Amino acid sequence: MSISLDDVKRIARLARIRVSDVQAAQTQDRLNTIFRLIEEMRGVDTTGVEPMAHAQDMAQRLRPDVVTEPDRREVYQTVAPQAENGLYLVPKVIE
Amino acid sequence: MPTPTLRFLSTLLAQGKASSVELCQDYLDRIRRLNPALNAFITVDPDRTLVEAVAADALRASGRGDVLTGVPIAHKDLFCTEGWLTTCGSRMLAGFVSPYDAHVIRQCKTMGMPSLGKTNMDEFAMGSSNETSHFGPVKNPWDHARVPGGSSGGSAACVAADMAPAATGSDTGGSIRQPAALCGITGLKPTYGMVSRYGMIAFASSLDQGGPMARTAEDCGLLLNVMAGFDERDSTSLQREKEDYTRDLDKPLAGLKIGLPREFFGEGLTGDIAKAVEEAITQYRRLGAETVEVGLPNSRLSVAAYYVLAPAEASSNLSRFDGVRYGYRTPDYTDLLDMYEKTRAEGFGEEVKRRILIGTYVLSHGYYDAYYIQAQKLRRLIASDFRAAFRDCDVILGPTTPGTAFRLGERIQDPVQMYLTDIYTIAVNLAGLPGMSLPCGFDGQGLPIGMQLIGDYFGEARILNVAHQYQRVTDWHQRRPEGL
Repeated sequence: MSISLDDVKRIARLARIRVSDVQAAQTQDRLNTIFRLIEEMRGVDTTGVEPMAHAQDMAQRLRPDVVTEPDRREVYQTVAPQAENGLYLVPKVIE
Repeated sequence: MPTPTLRFLSTLLAQGKASSVELCQDYLDRIRRLNPALNAFITVDPDRTLVEAVAADALRASGRGDVLTGVPIAHKDLFCTEGWLTTCGSRMLAGFVSPYDAHVIRQCKTMGMPSLGKTNMDEFAMGSSNETSHFGPVKNPWDHARVPGGSSGGSAACVAADMAPAATGSDTGGSIRQPAALCGITGLKPTYGMVSRYGMIAFASSLDQGGPMARTAEDCGLLLNVMAGFDERDSTSLQREKEDYTRDLDKPLAGLKIGLPREFFGEGLTGDIAKAVEEAITQYRRLGAETVEVGLPNSRLSVAAYYVLAPAEASSNLSRFDGVRYGYRTPDYTDLLDMYEKTRAEGFGEEVKRRILIGTYVLSHGYYDAYYIQAQKLRRLIASDFRAAFRDCDVILGPTTPGTAFRLGERIQDPVQMYLTDIYTIAVNLAGLPGMSLPCGFDGQGLPIGMQLIGDYFGEARILNVAHQYQRVTDWHQRRPEGL
């Protein structure tokens, strides 16, 4: 199994990473060497094996429904690329 | 001077023979002298370190100090540290001053351990050589033309070069154990869930685990006592009784059953490493341990399964870096989509982008079952192998890596060759078990060799005991690189 140039461009779009045509071709080569490594696991018979998502079989903890987080909006927004009046600024999305 | 272990420094402080300020100044001097060549630290801030040292001395003077109060430590740059630059080795976070502390950092601060600085690492912990760091590669203190391993390469190198007595690290597929082996130090990856991931910048959340890197097993136990413990802010933190990981250090090993996985001693293991590990096994027999062969037949699939699961989780975790709330934003853009795509293209390095793309692919429609679910099933098989093996033995022993430190630039163009350096460590993360690496010799070129001890779940105290008993009768862990 190998991935095509179109696959690379499609997943780059899904991942929101810009790739030029030249980069896409290089990326395709590299990804295909990695997929050849991954390929060896596909032939293994895993009928009846339960997928393991996590190292510990644990349930999510519940806690009382009370506010625990203090309001630190101002501090957190000091690290934003662009913030104003307590809002994060992004390019206009609705005309 | 004897090896400056945490235990030794703690004793100096307790006896009033040194202050935390003096210790920190010594280490900062050494960092100033050695770091320009080794590049183990991304950020050093002597003023901040000394403020923390003064506070630590006051804490000890007040009688409220604990064993490691005043002992300095370095932190891998993926632990968010309030007021310190926290870059994760990435351009994406090159200007990120964390507004809060990771749980691990908070624990060390509460103990009164001054921070010597933030250590270099592979970008977002993705790499095995430290060469993917935006801040340039770390050099191995044993040979500056070679890599220190990764991703916790800065932490390993700074301990090996005595720029810090210990450091924090994190291990997703071997990132504590592999650099510990390549730099000749001792490092431990705890059972998944023992050390809170709160404030530890996420790579693959079901595998990531913070842990100690130090000179000795005893020091790893002392530091794990500080780092581990329940934290409600990490949904996967385990609620367990507080334990003392040093409690079994002095237990004799008579009757200990050491499992030797036949898959770890086959082809691919170079002569010097095979020999060093064999000699360690002989040493253990002299200490009264028995050995038994065990099988981990599915471990050969661990690299393949890992390179589906870890990128899948990474592609999700790293979607948060979008140029909106924190981190890098591209200077020129036309609309929101353009901003996202350019920000991520410019902010992430090549290896990180590759893994995001792999992860996006294996999670996408039509491939999910064939890759992601299949990899999760293999994860179950790999974990089951360990369960079966631990019915026949108490600990598992083998090499940490198939080779010693390789040359800078040697593997960076070949991702698959790089991935295979973690062939003995990855299965441990997939199963969620504790594992550690400790020095057990040198190859013909004078480069350190590490052996790996794997414990059953929550077996940290046991493997630390097994490692400590070995370090009592050997001196590999006390060897230091020349010329530093």
